[in-house]
Amino acid sequence: MLIAVLSGFLLALLLFFFGKYLKSRHFSLIGFLPLGIFIYLLSFLPLINSGQSAMFHYSWVPSMGINLDFRLDGLALLFGCMITGIGSLVFFYAAAYMKHHPFIDRFFVFLSVFMASMLGLVLADNVLLLFVFWELTSISSFFLIGFNNEEEGSRKSAIMSLSVTGGGGFFLLAGFILLGNLSGSYSIREMIFSSEVLKDSSLYGLLLVFLFLGAFTKSAQFPFHFWLPNAMKAPTPVSAYLHSATMVKAGIYLLARFTPVLGTHSYWNNSLMITGAFTMLYAAIHALFRKDLKAILAYSTIASLGMMVFLLGIGSEKALLAVSVFILVHALYKAGLFLTAGVIDYKTGTRDLHKLSGLRKVMKPVAIGGLLAALSSAGMPLTFGFIGKDLIYEATLGAPGNLAWILTGIAFVSNVCLLIAGLMVGIKPFFGALPQKFSRVKKVSGFLWMPGIILGVSAIIFGVFPMFLDRNLITAVAQSINGTVIDISLKLWHGFSLVILLSILTLSVGFIFYFLRKGKPFNQEKLAGFESVSPEYLTELIISKTDKFAFRYTRLLHNGYLRYYLITIIVFLIGLVGYRLFTEVPLSVNYAQLSETRFYEVVFFIIIVSAILITVFTSSRLTAIAGMGIIGYCMCLIFVFYGAPDLAMTQFTIDTLTVVLFVLVLFRLPQFKKYVNLKVQFRDGLIALSFGAIISIIALQAFNEPADKVVSHFYGDNAYVLAKGRNVVNVILVDFRGFDTMVEIIVLSIAALGVYSLLKLKVKAPEKE
Amino acid sequence: MNSIILKTASSYLLPLLLMFSVFILLRGHSLSGGGFVGGLVASIAFVLHAFAHGFDKARAIFRTNPGFLIPVGLFLCFIMGAVPTFFGAPFMKGLWLEKSIPGIGHIGTALFFDIGVFIVVIGVTLTILFTISESDMEQEEV
Repeated sequence: MLIAVLSGFLLALLLFFFGKYLKSRHFSLIGFLPLGIFIYLLSFLPLINSGQSAMFHYSWVPSMGINLDFRLDGLALLFGCMITGIGSLVFFYAAAYMKHHPFIDRFFVFLSVFMASMLGLVLADNVLLLFVFWELTSISSFFLIGFNNEEEGSRKSAIMSLSVTGGGGFFLLAGFILLGNLSGSYSIREMIFSSEVLKDSSLYGLLLVFLFLGAFTKSAQFPFHFWLPNAMKAPTPVSAYLHSATMVKAGIYLLARFTPVLGTHSYWNNSLMITGAFTMLYAAIHALFRKDLKAILAYSTIASLGMMVFLLGIGSEKALLAVSVFILVHALYKAGLFLTAGVIDYKTGTRDLHKLSGLRKVMKPVAIGGLLAALSSAGMPLTFGFIGKDLIYEATLGAPGNLAWILTGIAFVSNVCLLIAGLMVGIKPFFGALPQKFSRVKKVSGFLWMPGIILGVSAIIFGVFPMFLDRNLITAVAQSINGTVIDISLKLWHGFSLVILLSILTLSVGFIFYFLRKGKPFNQEKLAGFESVSPEYLTELIISKTDKFAFRYTRLLHNGYLRYYLITIIVFLIGLVGYRLFTEVPLSVNYAQLSETRFYEVVFFIIIVSAILITVFTSSRLTAIAGMGIIGYCMCLIFVFYGAPDLAMTQFTIDTLTVVLFVLVLFRLPQFKKYVNLKVQFRDGLIALSFGAIISIIALQAFNEPADKVVSHFYGDNAYVLAKGRNVVNVILVDFRGFDTMVEIIVLSIAALGVYSLLKLKVKAPEKE
Repeated sequence: MNSIILKTASSYLLPLLLMFSVFILLRGHSLSGGGFVGGLVASIAFVLHAFAHGFDKARAIFRTNPGFLIPVGLFLCFIMGAVPTFFGAPFMKGLWLEKSIPGIGHIGTALFFDIGVFIVVIGVTLTILFTISESDMEQEEV
């Protein structure tokens, strides 16, 4: 299993180094990797059927509770199969679609990383591992969305999607850590046992907020949905993959995965239901106002995701069964529609619904694929979509009391809109008269139409023979989401009931509406009035305002004058420490602890004070530096008197070098002039004196606290025993705290590099900003 | 600086000081000293040489930029940190040879780690000093 997950990363690594040597036609071979994993995953079907799950354990960082624990149960298998199954189709498709792209190798690097991360995400049992993969999907999708990086719009959408999903990931991590602390385990399987503890916890609400922020940003729920339509800037195979089976479904997966742990609580159900319902309605209506094929699909994807969240929110057994089916239904038809839209775009160069018609005459196989997908999306009888739609209505009708009617109404409106949207993409471009300019469209290669047909046909197969899936997979999926077994079988025909009536009503209203408008979308301009309150606009407003604020704030503090930096730091320190000292610490000097003043100490005190005075009041830089050197050496001697020879040696050499450095720099400075007036000098003197006073008070105060000598005794006692050294200071540096030293020398090296590059870097005139 | 006495003296002082710096480095584990101070002393030796003979001469002692010492030292430190992992011990655990070698003392990873620090410190200090002195001359030329 580890190999299956990691193979995508390995492939990416190989492609990264050797991809440029491959010919573009060889890239279609890459599709066999996901196909292989797909078959490997299918081999677990019998095990999953029997209601069991497969565990795979690999140690990673056992001391922190992070292990490569993978668990394959119904839900993971469903997602794994979608990721690899649809993945392999997308891979084949992309190899043909991107054939002439100069960076096709790079494209497959990103795509493989993405697929592998997604697979890891759904298989991970450890939440921290899940989070790692979660972030990897965000990052790799960033590269995929921004793949056409020479376009500004593409870069912008990539950054937008990364900021939204990455921001959500940040909250998700907080949620996972909280979850781990409350339940005492990072394993999802074990968390189920502490479900009651979690739900009774006072932090339950906060936990949900964190998890929901993570899931909603990823699954494009209102008000975080806006990144998804923008992400359509990606090459179409990417959109097909990301928005049908993978990326956006990760949020759904997360919610489904945690339903047995955190679900069946009014907070959980209500928030999911409301968010899902609103997103669904909002996006379904929006979809009808778009004329770009991919934009329509984007909004219908958001609506479908809303539907899934909504069903998870209802939370009844039927709803959970419905969501299990609908995830697959949606993946099949949405991938099909995206792939169809991709071929149309590839061959005609436009995605404008107004311009496209009659294409069935030039690309028949594509038209069939599109038609099948559209019918499944519409929920026509004998397609898989029909079963999905039935279950959705069963779920909404099953809700208690009047709520049932409200929920059913919402689901009905959304379904009608989704149906129209599906028809607009899957049927409208192919029927009607073929415009002259499209009549010369060349034949579509098999790699481009085949995946769409496969998806469409499987939707029909599953629709006619639902029992294929029912016993094999869906029961296990619903069991994973519900926690216990749900015994409802999928049927093609449930007998005549309200549900069927609703289905027929949906179909007829949708079709009538579609034909009345002849498949034309509404004018998007009608929505322009709402622009100023749309979440996208508001978010961008907040971002630009933050930018401006950050600019001003930085200008204020980062003003380029070293003296002001120092003043700011020191004044703050004086203020904070002084406040603490004078308000909360009883100040007193413990005279008994002070040793007698010795003669030479007085001498050095006098030397230091006079050196300071000379340094401050001299008008020659050289004198000032010499004065500083004297102060430094006197300090070294004080260290020597008090038995710190190592410190003294270091201080001594450092002081010597500092003086040398100053002298070197001195030559570069302009002639010394007195720029400061008395007022500034007085200010600086005051700050310096108060800082000195604060430090002295702290030093004196330190006597009053009994020192904790455990640490120093440990080092003293063990330096020779454990590290074979008698010089405790050195032993600490190279052994006990050697890691610190290592980091310190790295810092030193960076400082040296900084100095070197600052002084040696010669910016040529035109490059200067 | 043009002083015969300094020039003559520094020619002898450079090797002496360098030896002294190695001495400080080696005794560090049991007595006052260590890689950091040793490195600083060695740098001072070069600085003294530079003051007597000019920075060009001092730089000529190193065939290349003294900056190359930085990665060498860092690498040595890292290797010494990593060596214990090959023996099943955690990263950075100090490993020692059983017997001590006369004149040098115990040999162990910590000693080489300290040598790495020594090299890095020389590299860093001299890079900074030489860079500043160089740009200083360019300034004068202009």
